Amino acid sequence: MSSSGKAKRLLWLTISHIILILVAIFALYPALWVVLSSFRPGTSLYSETILPRIWTLDHYRELFTKFPFGQWYINTLKIAIISTVFSTLFVLLSGYAFSRFRFRGRKGIMTGLFVIGMFPSFMSMIAVYILLLNMNLLNTHSALIMVYSAGAIMGYLLVKGYFDTIPKSLEESARLDGAGNFRVFFSIFLPLSRPIIVFLSVTSFAGAFNDFIFAQMVLRTQEKQTLAVGLYNMVNAAFATQFTIFAAGCVLVALPITILFMFMQRFLVEGLTAGAEKG
Amino acid sequence: MRRTIISPILSAVVMGLGQFINRQYLKGFSMLLLYILGLYYSMTNLGHALWGVITLGEKAQHLEKVGRINKMVHGDHSIFLLVQGLIVIFLIILFVVAYILNIRDAYRTAVEIEQGNTPNNFGQTLKKIGTKNFPLLIITPQLIFLFFFTILPLIFSLLIAFTDYSSPKHIPPANLVDWIGFSAFKDLFTLSTWAHTFYGVFAWTVAWAVLSTLSCFFGGFLIAVLLQQKGIIFKKFFRTVYMLPFAIPGFVSLLIMRNLFNTQFGPLTQYLNFFGIQGPPWLSDPTWAKGTILLVNFWLGFPISMLMITGILTTIPRDLYEAAEVDGASGFQKFRMITFPAVMFALTPIVIGQFAGNFNNFNVIYLMTNGNPVNSDYQFAGHTDILITWLYNLSINNGKYNFASVIGIMIFIILASFSIYNFRRTRFYREEETYQ
Repeated sequence: MSSSGKAKRLLWLTISHIILILVAIFALYPALWVVLSSFRPGTSLYSETILPRIWTLDHYRELFTKFPFGQWYINTLKIAIISTVFSTLFVLLSGYAFSRFRFRGRKGIMTGLFVIGMFPSFMSMIAVYILLLNMNLLNTHSALIMVYSAGAIMGYLLVKGYFDTIPKSLEESARLDGAGNFRVFFSIFLPLSRPIIVFLSVTSFAGAFNDFIFAQMVLRTQEKQTLAVGLYNMVNAAFATQFTIFAAGCVLVALPITILFMFMQRFLVEGLTAGAEKG
Repeated sequence: MRRTIISPILSAVVMGLGQFINRQYLKGFSMLLLYILGLYYSMTNLGHALWGVITLGEKAQHLEKVGRINKMVHGDHSIFLLVQGLIVIFLIILFVVAYILNIRDAYRTAVEIEQGNTPNNFGQTLKKIGTKNFPLLIITPQLIFLFFFTILPLIFSLLIAFTDYSSPKHIPPANLVDWIGFSAFKDLFTLSTWAHTFYGVFAWTVAWAVLSTLSCFFGGFLIAVLLQQKGIIFKKFFRTVYMLPFAIPGFVSLLIMRNLFNTQFGPLTQYLNFFGIQGPPWLSDPTWAKGTILLVNFWLGFPISMLMITGILTTIPRDLYEAAEVDGASGFQKFRMITFPAVMFALTPIVIGQFAGNFNNFNVIYLMTNGNPVNSDYQFAGHTDILITWLYNLSINNGKYNFASVIGIMIFIILASFSIYNFRRTRFYREEETYQ
């Protein structure tokens, strides 16, 4: 390579690095700002310095004394975990049924589910609310769990696509040994579908964890609320006066999910790509 | 008379009787039980349900003379009547389906007997459900579940579009709701203020969906390509940092961003002030607000595009590039002829999917601006409102339920045509039956 080519290449690499560093700052800054704000004394959004002059843990303490933050955490975990278990199991089972069995109405059901999925979910919210009101389920966690898991079957396409790639010969030998449908599902399909299980459970966990619109509509009293609702109300009520407490709340809410996503990154990207390829 | 004629006829008269003739006593008995329950339920509820759905109630809340004083008396609650009516009708449809299946079953068993086979006993029947009807066994409960929490509410909302269910004049329990046909549709497209709002919001929704999808995709593409180059140091570090916006829960990021872009006290304004620059009205000026939310959406969305594109980049065979280098291709030519087509080939369905997602990207708009700044020419909408946030505000905050439903139907029509197009291009349709 000529020396001018080398110089050009070096220049280009330098420019690339500068761009990458700028993007890194752009990506990192909001999170960094909130973490720093959560350690800053006082309550306001405004601060004179980027780094706090004095570091304090007061806001983390106030979260638990001024708000039922611990209770919110327990509520959220309870709702998210139970609905994750249900919806993952449901969607895996329906994917199994659609992939491995041919039955009357199969195509019709699959198309129907696909069509229903295209209606905006907010459209049905009022009616769900009326139903819950009539069933006396308002302000209960089971209402949320039920609604979150009821929609699980609509994600069948991803699982079906994945199961379609598992060779039939694997289950045939098991069936010859007399294994029933459930046995085949639990002992052959489940062990082979780790990536998809991780993807489904992380996304449905995050979905339940992050929902504030529906949760806000259903959960009325403060001690029943979830983190998302609590945090939303906190910043909506009086953000200027409690900003640092809100920042501390953000840190505690975001931390577990962020770590989970970072570790599960590979599965999540694979799942998203596969899901879109399948439709 | 022949068994194949008599047992279905008996089953048609009374559920389970044909099964008794076929000597399937336990089955016959459980069907008889279902018959009694179903018939009782239908007789006591169907009339009222149909009346409710058709009339939506006849008496509004009104004053009535009780003895000497006038008392407020509860009228019919149109919306409850509609929802409850739909549930009753659905249950009765289920009952009718069971009834038909019962007749068919009686016939089939009779045929078996005439051919000299012994019919299944109850245990065998249950076992058959577990094996042959296994897929229906696991799907049916889910479908019933789905029916109550998704389909029924959806049917309800679709029907609402044909009523006058809207504030302030037609909100139960104080008033009744009535069927008005396509009036709400007509109003939305012809009443000048509504039509103006609809077309305005629709135009911005499309612009928003296109811009936010393209910015995230091509931004992510650029970063992935930059990062993939030979000679870049700390690749892993950069990639981890870029992951952050994807990993932090979206609603937390958005709530943070809203404060970050606070025009008065936000840190960005503050830094600009430090350099003697007046901070822009990030979220309070229509144009600035649109730019700001696009930027915020880019922050949220570029990582996932970057990650997916990085995945594709690693699958492109190296020798393609080497061959191109031998032919003297420049870096840009290699990108244009090899990298770009490979990525687009793999990810076009995803980009279309992301477009549909952004079309309904509620969280970004709702949490950042809630549709504001207010547009005084619009009906209940602001400059940054997209269809889905407008729908939400119309129903939850303003009680214009029928208009909200009409908009929901519009969103469905737009997205459905899009998704069907996308769906047909994917392998799903073509390869469906070939895999085995």
